[in-house]
Amino acid sequence: MEDSKKLEEFQAKIDAEIKIEPKDWMPEDYKKHLQRQISQHAHSEVIGMQPEGNWISRAPSLRAKVVLLAKIQDEAGHGQYLYSAAETLGKSRDEYIEELQSGKAKYSSIFNYPTLTWADMGAVGWLVDGAAIVNQVSLQRTSYGPYSRAMVRICKEESFHQRQGYEIMATMAKGTPEQKAMAQDALNRFWWPSIMMFGPHDSDSPNTGNAVKWKIKRETNDELRQKFIDKTVQQAEVIGLTIPDPDLKWNEARGHYDFGEMDWDEFWRVVKGNGPCNKQRLNHHKKAHQKGAWVREAAIAYAKKQKAKQLVA
Amino acid sequence: MTTNEALINYCLRLGDSSLILGQRMSEWCSNGPILEEDIAMTNIALDLIGQSRTMLTYAGKLEGKGRTEDDFAYKREEREFYNTLLSERPNGHFGDTVARNFLHSAFFYHLFQALKNSKDEMIAAHAAKSIKEVTYHLRHSSEWLVRLGDGTEESHNKVQESLNDMWEFTGDLFEMNEVDELLIKEGIAVDLTEIKKEWDKTVNQVIERATLNRPEECYMQTGRLNAIHSEYLGHLIAEMQFLQRAYPEAQW
Ligand SMILES: [Fe+2]
Ligand SMILES: [Fe+2]
Ligand SMILES: [Fe+2]
Repeated sequence: MEDSKKLEEFQAKIDAEIKIEPKDWMPEDYKKHLQRQISQHAHSEVIGMQPEGNWISRAPSLRAKVVLLAKIQDEAGHGQYLYSAAETLGKSRDEYIEELQSGKAKYSSIFNYPTLTWADMGAVGWLVDGAAIVNQVSLQRTSYGPYSRAMVRICKEESFHQRQGYEIMATMAKGTPEQKAMAQDALNRFWWPSIMMFGPHDSDSPNTGNAVKWKIKRETNDELRQKFIDKTVQQAEVIGLTIPDPDLKWNEARGHYDFGEMDWDEFWRVVKGNGPCNKQRLNHHKKAHQKGAWVREAAIAYAKKQKAKQLVA
Repeated sequence: MTTNEALINYCLRLGDSSLILGQRMSEWCSNGPILEEDIAMTNIALDLIGQSRTMLTYAGKLEGKGRTEDDFAYKREEREFYNTLLSERPNGHFGDTVARNFLHSAFFYHLFQALKNSKDEMIAAHAAKSIKEVTYHLRHSSEWLVRLGDGTEESHNKVQESLNDMWEFTGDLFEMNEVDELLIKEGIAVDLTEIKKEWDKTVNQVIERATLNRPEECYMQTGRLNAIHSEYLGHLIAEMQFLQRAYPEAQW
């Protein structure tokens, strides 16, 4: 009886666009949904450091190196805020990381693709951060306070990343024939995985019901995907690159671009762990974590000793 | 040798040491023991690469042949790099990196403190700007040296070994030749025997706080002044320069 009254109050707040805060009552399913979504988002930021980190040592100018390093540092920072936001839901960062490493928690599948040329640094910034922004702008209005505030902070930096990535693509597209070929190849490889970042079609997306009612999700997968495609097609045209979709064309009646069907077999294959880099990414994360164990233990031991000394003094 | 020639070489020494250590630090990205350390080490890499850009650009200006920071970073051979031997040491485990960075940051810290008064305006400005960054690098590596030294038995032993391993490359930091002699006379460079005294004080203090032992005096490796390096540098440079070498016509 009490719970149903609480649930009513909760829904009333959501409907009135009042943010839910950590100390407020919330349905167990709401909390679970957020724990899953926010931690998955945090893991994505952190795992995403690997494909971009792959090119730091080979960045073709010192300026490019600094820009890339700063970008990856931002992503690490995003991971930090998002883990903090997720921790307000009563689970520690260690527990979330444990779930990542055991394979229980997911991260964005896009990071299971390899970065093979410098143009991929352009494609990742332009398309992957570009797709992330569309999703995250929408999440600024999400109903959970800490998540919404994290998104506001993060979005500012993401749009910077997107512009820097686009700049790399633009420079290469007007460079030597080899550079232009690299840029087109990167677009060819990253286009479809990028538009699949928004997830399955709404009709095949079982989780959406409550998430929309609770305003965790403010727009559906297909709506967000369409937004991304509409803004990206022109950007490709401007720099003379071709989006690898023969069905792509402007639909006057809809006021949107029509586009071809995505390869959902590939999507599920990668989600289930069989993308080109799934094992590599997770092993890298585990290995770094294991290699750091003695360092974390030392830091804890040292802090304890200091505390003991203070108590004596 | 003219003062200008000496000064170009001096800029390369500073710029190359920052560049190579920065490149090493950037290798830690996504490999740190905790996310916060990934961020901290990336910060240090960013500072160092920023420092190298200033010095390499200045070297190009002094030379007057139109060479840019990237020409210096990407188009020189191994035998033209004047970085410290310590800066090119591989990262090893976290303790190795801490020990290397600590010894190097203490050197940069005292060097830049002194170079703030250089008669060369660019060098003085560079030192004044860098000192803020290097103060942080020294604090970061000192704190970790203390945590590891006074942490667990395992960490204590590990980082003591790291310090011992790095020690033979510290003599090279303080070597001088006619370039120094000439620039010291002009009030541009500083006497590294003076810097060594300050460095010793800092190093001894922190090592003591860390409950570690100062490594025993040993044979000191040498080479920086003649651009003679360990085998590690060639690989670092080959990787760093790959795109510029493979596509010499390309602009990035
Ligand atoms: Fe992101
Ligand atoms: Fe991000
Ligand atoms: Fe980003």
